[in-house]
Amino acid sequence: MTQQTSTIGESTDAAPPPVYKTSRFKTAMRELKKAPLSAKFGLLIIILYVIAALFAPVFAPFGESEIVGTEYEPWGDKFFLGTDNLGRDMLSRLLYGARNTVGIAFVTTLFAFLIGGVAGIFAAILGGWADQVLSRAIDILMAIPQLIFALLLLTIFGTSIPVLIGIIAVLDSTRVFRLARSVSLNVVVMDYVEVARLRGERLGWITIKEVLPNIMPPLVAEFGLRFCFVFLLISGLSFLGLGLQPPTADWGSMVRDNATLITYGDITPLLPAAAIALLTVGTNFVVDWFLHKTSGLK
Amino acid sequence: MGKILKLIGQRLAIGLLVLWIVSLIIFAGLEFLPGDLAQEILGQSATPESLAAFRKELGLDQPMHTRYLGWLGGALKGDFGVSLANQREISELIGIRFANTIFLAVLAAIISVPIALTLGILAALYRNSLYDRMVNILTLSSISFPEFFIAYILIYIFSVNLDIFPSLANVSADTPLWERIYTCLLPALTLTLVVVAHMMRMTRASIINLLASPYIEMANLKGMKKARVILYHALPNALAPIINVVAINLAYLIVGVVIVEVVFVYPGLGQLIVDSVQKRDMPVVQACSLIFAGTYVLLNLTADILSIITNPRMLYPK
Repeated sequence: MTQQTSTIGESTDAAPPPVYKTSRFKTAMRELKKAPLSAKFGLLIIILYVIAALFAPVFAPFGESEIVGTEYEPWGDKFFLGTDNLGRDMLSRLLYGARNTVGIAFVTTLFAFLIGGVAGIFAAILGGWADQVLSRAIDILMAIPQLIFALLLLTIFGTSIPVLIGIIAVLDSTRVFRLARSVSLNVVVMDYVEVARLRGERLGWITIKEVLPNIMPPLVAEFGLRFCFVFLLISGLSFLGLGLQPPTADWGSMVRDNATLITYGDITPLLPAAAIALLTVGTNFVVDWFLHKTSGLK
Repeated sequence: MGKILKLIGQRLAIGLLVLWIVSLIIFAGLEFLPGDLAQEILGQSATPESLAAFRKELGLDQPMHTRYLGWLGGALKGDFGVSLANQREISELIGIRFANTIFLAVLAAIISVPIALTLGILAALYRNSLYDRMVNILTLSSISFPEFFIAYILIYIFSVNLDIFPSLANVSADTPLWERIYTCLLPALTLTLVVVAHMMRMTRASIINLLASPYIEMANLKGMKKARVILYHALPNALAPIINVVAINLAYLIVGVVIVEVVFVYPGLGQLIVDSVQKRDMPVVQACSLIFAGTYVLLNLTADILSIITNPRMLYPK
């Protein structure tokens, strides 16, 4: 997430011609001051989550899967948010959950962008049959609902973290491919790309040095949206018992494991779900603001 | 008229092609399943003879394309083979559950479509007003909420605290219609909350797009009444995008039921597919995926065709 906030800062000052390191930071800060309340709130949430994820072992009073008390203990001094269905500390698991759930969703989104982004830009640069083949294949993959496809693939390959990351990254890269291709199509017809081609630059060079810098803003915004989507999908799968496997602390499965408490009027199982919702809301607010800034839409 | 038929024919052909490829992908899933299916079912202690006999019974000794044709032919007739987990006929497992899932999705659609369209059109008409901003923030939040979060909040409020609705949507084949609607109301409400936000935002966007077009401005400049501009000028052209929005969201509903069904322990197809994935019961997963994906593709196809029929401009592609 830190990477995302820094890229937001970088691209907001694309307009003024002289760009120095210090002024870049200053402009970013100035833009941030002007940002609407919802965006500031979103950024604050993201920063808090990153801190919680990075320093989970420092803040957490107990270990991730350490059984420290009896089952379903109420909120109190020793266990701030009570204990879960196996007698593990709820607060500690919530903090470790930030690390696992958010971390895995982030890595998955990165992979999705790596696959989809590169393929999309390649398709735009190469054009012709390469573009046709890739685009039609993506069309068909997108015709199958994502959750159902994920369920089918999880049955085949079993549920483990690398498999989960791989499946969701590939499925989600289809969306990234479409966006990357359509925004690159506007860039690859530019003269400087033609010059680079005539100069005999290689495909990789054109992709990274010529096309990528010019399509960064929409890609960054899309990264935020895709992250939300992947995060919700993985939480959903975990909630179904098909995502992250125990004893890993994970928000989706924490809701599932403790759901019975709700019928007794205890809201503790809603906390991990609220944690998921809060992060996606925050990210959405920031993306909304960023889209406004970069596209000039009103 | 010839042109429109040709266009629709093209879309239908593409849709069928997609359906066929989807069935290929789903079928191929079984091929990539690690290990031998017969071995997996009969266990390690099975003799080579019984393994061979069992393979023959399942048709595993046949080449892949023969089995694919057999599977597809059976699936078209509603025969998906037997479940690996309990040896029951899959069609028997699916039949009533599919009807339940459709019932839930339709109930949610009946509640959500009018609400979403009204909210969306109002938000577009009073753009940038306080109402628009409130609705914008609300929908942005509700899109961000995981489905199970909304479901449990509703359970917490309506069945635990207020004790109006049951928290489990337990229906059977002989539940009378009114009772069925009553028990399904909370799951349907959850789906409604999820899908209204999407539908409303899309409606708002397409209406705003439309209101920005020159002929609407012209009508306004001529001093026409606002109601007349909207009813006679905007609405006929807005029909196509709105129908599109509704169909896309119905497709979304069909898939969205999976998590909601699990939360409310509703005996539908979503519950079945999740259980079967856990048991790695491949034939059942295949059958369910085929039904889900097929419905999804067909609804999207309907959206495509309806937007051709309702939009005269689509008749003259450049």
